[in-house]
Amino acid sequence: MKILVCISKTPDTTAKIAFTDNNTKFATDGVQWIINPYDEWYALVRAIELKEKDPSTVLHLVTVAGADTDPVIRKALALGGDEAIRVNADSHDSFYIAAQIAEVAKQGNYDLVFTGRETIDYNGSSIGGMVAELLNLPYVALATKFDLNGTTATITREIEGGEEICEASLPLVVSCQKGMAEQRIPNMKGIMGARTKPLKVVEPAATDALTTIVGFELPPAKAGVKLIPADNPAELVRLLHEEAKMI
Amino acid sequence: MSVLIYIDQADGHVKKASLEALSYGAKVAAQLGTTAEGVVLGTVTEDLAALGKYGVKKIHHVSNDTLNHFDAQVFTAVIAQAVTAANATVVIFSNNVDGKAIAPRLSARLKAGLVSGAVALPDTSNGFVVKKNVFSGKAFANIGLNSAIKIISLNPNSYKVEAGEGTAEVAALNATVEASKVKVTKVNKVTGEVPLSEAEIVVSGGRGLKGPENWGLVEELAHLLHAATACSRPVADVHWRPHHEHVGQTGLAIAPNLYIAIGISGAIQHLAGVNRSKVIVVINKDPEAPFFKAADYGIVGDAFEVVPKIIEAVKKLKGVA
Repeated sequence: MKILVCISKTPDTTAKIAFTDNNTKFATDGVQWIINPYDEWYALVRAIELKEKDPSTVLHLVTVAGADTDPVIRKALALGGDEAIRVNADSHDSFYIAAQIAEVAKQGNYDLVFTGRETIDYNGSSIGGMVAELLNLPYVALATKFDLNGTTATITREIEGGEEICEASLPLVVSCQKGMAEQRIPNMKGIMGARTKPLKVVEPAATDALTTIVGFELPPAKAGVKLIPADNPAELVRLLHEEAKMI
Repeated sequence: MSVLIYIDQADGHVKKASLEALSYGAKVAAQLGTTAEGVVLGTVTEDLAALGKYGVKKIHHVSNDTLNHFDAQVFTAVIAQAVTAANATVVIFSNNVDGKAIAPRLSARLKAGLVSGAVALPDTSNGFVVKKNVFSGKAFANIGLNSAIKIISLNPNSYKVEAGEGTAEVAALNATVEASKVKVTKVNKVTGEVPLSEAEIVVSGGRGLKGPENWGLVEELAHLLHAATACSRPVADVHWRPHHEHVGQTGLAIAPNLYIAIGISGAIQHLAGVNRSKVIVVINKDPEAPFFKAADYGIVGDAFEVVPKIIEAVKKLKGVA
């Protein structure tokens, strides 16, 4: 079996969000880059678990990014995976990125493509669905559990107010979220081993982007908290009722 | 030309998020000087013509048993046929669980630019630009769409439902429906509770509540306010509460009208999941808790003393004995 896990780098969850160039670019100064948590904790770790169960599994990682992403990819390889493929392109257009991943997936003939449910920077939740459509494969989004029995997958996905359990045959594209796996920390053996794992760089396929970023805005600052004395919580209820009109 | 809105339904009932999408789509149509049409898949028990009051003129209904179970691939192919039937240039989805599965597929299929997580009407004064949430609610991006067909996936609870007068023409759409490759074997619904993603009020607890045995306070307040219950990540990690209640950067991102946080310090990762809430109330005994900086109302005090008094005051307000 062959699994492809899509990896994106994102700013650390505590990074300061600011913009430069007349609010058209994210200010990267001093920003720590991490593997997008949904890609790492859920998609990658679940794929590693599947490989641990069936060691004949081939596990590849793919990212669409410039060379400055290589340290993040090595971090992902330190957790697990046999090799990584970096499509050498820089884009914030989901369709452009998905088209590159679909091309890699086509050539590698994977049985399973995992993505995180979204990246924590652009929050698109789009790559998995687009890749699935471009490959003409079934897609299960927002999966919280994934199990394999031969070539049949049993997947639990989130629905409003509950969950749905479904079955589908490989090949398949799945976007992963909390519940799929538990976070892991790479060990020394993994970190050392990651240095020598292949990281292939391929040039992008010709594709047109469908969107452009016109600019960024920060939300207006909050007016400040209105504190209510602890001995008079009824006042909070009155304010929520009369002033905020929320209850 | 038209604006086509995908009307999401569950068990025959149109979801609230779709009413927002309908109201939004009708406004976009008015802005573009065209009409709004809707598309519904599967068996529906509701009167579809009545959806006209949200401003939609025509509803394309594809009634086929295969469509009573969700399969993003099958649904996308059918919606693409509705796009052709309606000659749509803009397609609107709610950015809910099913919207997140279909909208990207339709985007790739039609080579139509997609803005997912839109929070405002498009700006059509110079091109077609849609504002969306980025950096987990910490910023907005304005995204320009330059494709012939444009897709907007609207964040739930970011556009008000606007109902007026009118009925819609309901037309059966004779679409080709492929066989489903994803077989739904079981659905587990949490009954009797308000679904967290659709809740207008959310009461949430953190480590400050000290243990799962103290969640009665959160549940009682939530029940009185017809609210959903939620929790912070540490609480879900130690299994005091189920994972599906975890809100935050790596859990669920929510945008209720009112978010009441009890005993949650407000780490930046937690704020990322709740900062789109319209009003935030924080109850925490630590006056230095970072959450107070993001709050509209706050009480510095012990939850075990404060919350019972809030419950008492809400009961009085609602006339509950």
